[in-house]
Amino acid sequence: MITVLVNDVPRPAERDETVAELLAVLEVPRRGVAVAVNGEVVRRADWPAHRLTDGDRVEVLTAAQGG
Amino acid sequence: MDDRFDLGGVAFGSRLILGTGGASSLQSLEQALLAGGAELVTVALRRIDPDAPAGLLEVLERCGVRLLPNTAGCYTAADAVRTAHLARDAFETDWIKLEVIGDDRTLLPDAVELLRAAERLVGDGFTVLPYTTDDPVLARRLADLGCAAVMPAGAPIGSGLGVSNPHHIRLIREAVRCPVILDAGIGTASDAALAMELGCDAVLLASAVTRAADPVAMATAMRHAVIAGRLAAQAGRIPLRHHALASTKPEGLASW
Repeated sequence: MITVLVNDVPRPAERDETVAELLAVLEVPRRGVAVAVNGEVVRRADWPAHRLTDGDRVEVLTAAQGG
Repeated sequence: MDDRFDLGGVAFGSRLILGTGGASSLQSLEQALLAGGAELVTVALRRIDPDAPAGLLEVLERCGVRLLPNTAGCYTAADAVRTAHLARDAFETDWIKLEVIGDDRTLLPDAVELLRAAERLVGDGFTVLPYTTDDPVLARRLADLGCAAVMPAGAPIGSGLGVSNPHHIRLIREAVRCPVILDAGIGTASDAALAMELGCDAVLLASAVTRAADPVAMATAMRHAVIAGRLAAQAGRIPLRHHALASTKPEGLASW
């Protein structure tokens, strides 16, 4: 197991878990969501291939009310 | 009357752009958006919150509006550019309301970072709508970079102070060819009408509606104010005079 930080909260993850797998575990809706890992945007098309490593900082963002 | 508003290659029927920030509930937001008749609506990008009420995107889809993601809360060009790219991935749109804030008390833009971010995003293929100050020179620089519009603040975000420097808004309208959208500071309907009378092509507001005691009534007022201001701007107003000019002819007055 590895530990990744999802929106600053530590979470266990499988070794070589992909972004797509992490989002599935978190039950994140696919629509209207964007992901950055260690400050770099990971595009939707790359979610299934992008593998996480221990200590990765993952930002999972979605629509919020705002002017 | 056919008076379409062309922005970023899209023709809009409404010249009122609404923000979603500040609404007390999604139901209240949906009613206000429908009452205002907006076709372009801003959204922010924030960390996913399992406890937050879901459904904002569904509400906006039901209202049939086009999304305008913003970079609210960004203080550097780098943060704003990264946020814009995330928004493009999340919402499948190249449109971005570019905000690069320079000061947390006034929330006014940081001109240097704003220009840097605008240049990068135009280069990356975005339709960039920058929130800017009421400085005509900065507005021209943004337009020259290829921004699809310039969006000067009438007054600080959420202040409700209205259009604090009407002269500069008029100068901005003269300085650029792209659309000018009055963004931020609107408090009530007369502010929106004034912005349109000054020559703005559209008005963007959020708090004035979402934080009004009756958001639906205020959204309705804003819809009418923008239409009224636009019509007045095109109607050729009478010149200001220091003395009266009778509208009733003096000839034929009865003699007693």
